Amino acid sequence: MAFVDDLGAALDKTPGGGIILTSLDAVMDWSRGKSLWMMPMGTACCAMELIAASFSRFDFDRHGSIPRPDPRHCDVMVVAGTITRKMAPAVKRLYEQMPDPKWVIAMGNCAVSGGIFYYDTYSVIRGVDEFLPVDVYISGCPPRPEALQDAILRLREQVATDSIVPGRDRQLNTILPTPGSPRKGDSAAADGDDS
Amino acid sequence: MTEQTIVNIGPSHPSTHGVCRVIVTLDGETVVHAEPVIGHLHRGIEKMAENRTYLQVVPLTDRLDYVGSMYANWAYCRSVERLAGIRVPERAEYIRVIVCELQRIASHMMGIGSTGADTGATSAFMYTFAQRDHVVELFEALCGARLTYNYVRPGGVSMDLPDGWVEQCRAFTAQHPPVMMEIDRLLFGNVIARARLKGVGVLTPEDAVGWGTSGPVARGSGVDWDLRRDDPYSVYPRFDFQIPLGEIGDCYDRARVRLWECVESCKIINQALDQIEPGSVHAEGLPRLLAPRPGDAYDHIESARGSLGVYLVSDGSPRPYRMKVRSPAFCNLAVLPLLAEGHTLSDLIVIIGSLDPVFGEVDR
Ligand code: SF4
Repeated sequence: MAFVDDLGAALDKTPGGGIILTSLDAVMDWSRGKSLWMMPMGTACCAMELIAASFSRFDFDRHGSIPRPDPRHCDVMVVAGTITRKMAPAVKRLYEQMPDPKWVIAMGNCAVSGGIFYYDTYSVIRGVDEFLPVDVYISGCPPRPEALQDAILRLREQVATDSIVPGRDRQLNTILPTPGSPRKGDSAAADGDDS
Repeated sequence: MTEQTIVNIGPSHPSTHGVCRVIVTLDGETVVHAEPVIGHLHRGIEKMAENRTYLQVVPLTDRLDYVGSMYANWAYCRSVERLAGIRVPERAEYIRVIVCELQRIASHMMGIGSTGADTGATSAFMYTFAQRDHVVELFEALCGARLTYNYVRPGGVSMDLPDGWVEQCRAFTAQHPPVMMEIDRLLFGNVIARARLKGVGVLTPEDAVGWGTSGPVARGSGVDWDLRRDDPYSVYPRFDFQIPLGEIGDCYDRARVRLWECVESCKIINQALDQIEPGSVHAEGLPRLLAPRPGDAYDHIESARGSLGVYLVSDGSPRPYRMKVRSPAFCNLAVLPLLAEGHTLSDLIVIIGSLDPVFGEVDR
């Protein structure tokens, strides 16, 4: 993505480039959001729901989210299951192998915080966010496939506010917008709340 | 002999069914040695059990074999009941048999589906998961959870069957065997699947017994051993059912045994639904905090993967002094080096799938 990054940075500085940049952003975000391919990092029980999500009943292919076994094909890593100390280096390495831009969904209490294995055990990492930047958390032990569906749709909203200029997306995305609530930066209501 | 290469598969590889890592020594494309490396999902459940009361351990046992949570629940509860001398009401025993046979179907659906996926027919998963979803729906009506049920408790089960459940269950068992016949024709009648499965990973009956395998892996080799019949527990002696056996012990036989077991499970469920009578589903007069007398107890049941046993030691306190799980998946996985030798790398994937390991149970 180095070329796109350079292009974005250059456009950002050029007078009048902003118009092209926003159009470019819109096209990029639209295409990225509609095909969030999943890296299924299913390690334990939650993986069963992750599998169920992509077969007969729930059929995630219709959202454009296809599970791909190769990290190099994927946009979003779905960490579903307990991550132990022995497994963590492998998860980290797979995350590093994914091309930018990439997102992480922590599915299930184990991936969120360690869940039922938070206390009394010596081998479980207490939440995957100890070593990965997580974008969407799904609670539940295990969460239903519908919850994963919701997470993908939320992530799509988040992707829609990304910019190809590196660093710019960070300011926009500090709060994940919920449907119906005003988005940061595009309404006066948000400013009014602050005062 | 050419130069040997060492290839690492896993720990996160879609075809290892979990987090198994296999270090494979290859000569060309032929496997010289395959060494499974386990422990990537070691969560210390046995150790955690020592810090929980007897009732609090039940949710932990759900997470052992997460494809078949009811079995671990039941095996653990049987151990506790033996340790504390609890008598379980008959209705509860019937309900346990029904849910565990349903669980066997759900679990084998996963196993058969992945056999199809490993041989290149992902569409098999579509059929089996539709069936699995029916079972999961029944469980959801029963206890509110799709995967981790916490349903079988020491002394009985947590809740009685809800209204209309029996009819739903009968509807399921009526439509299930024809679907199995269809899968049999579609998947196991398929030329490619037969070529990939037949004669691959042959386990002789002597090795099957010698390595301590059980369940469909042993029965696929023709070892006629099923705890439901050979060490009868609960109300199983009252049912009439067959134990399907394989002939030569290859991947094809193991997968076929799973398929026929599902049909037999339907028979058992139907008989149990006929015989079940109203009554209490939980033993009366149990103390809130179980503290069995000092001693130990072992009990085992036939899970979808083989004989699953739980050994408990009590020191008289409300917490188990030690819990040890005899996990069938662990013993079944041990034969992998034996089976894989001399086959190609792509066959290794099929062999792992045919052993149907669940790593929550292997690593505990
Ligand atoms: S959150 Fe619950 S269901 Fe998911 S992996 Fe952890 S223990 Fe299993």
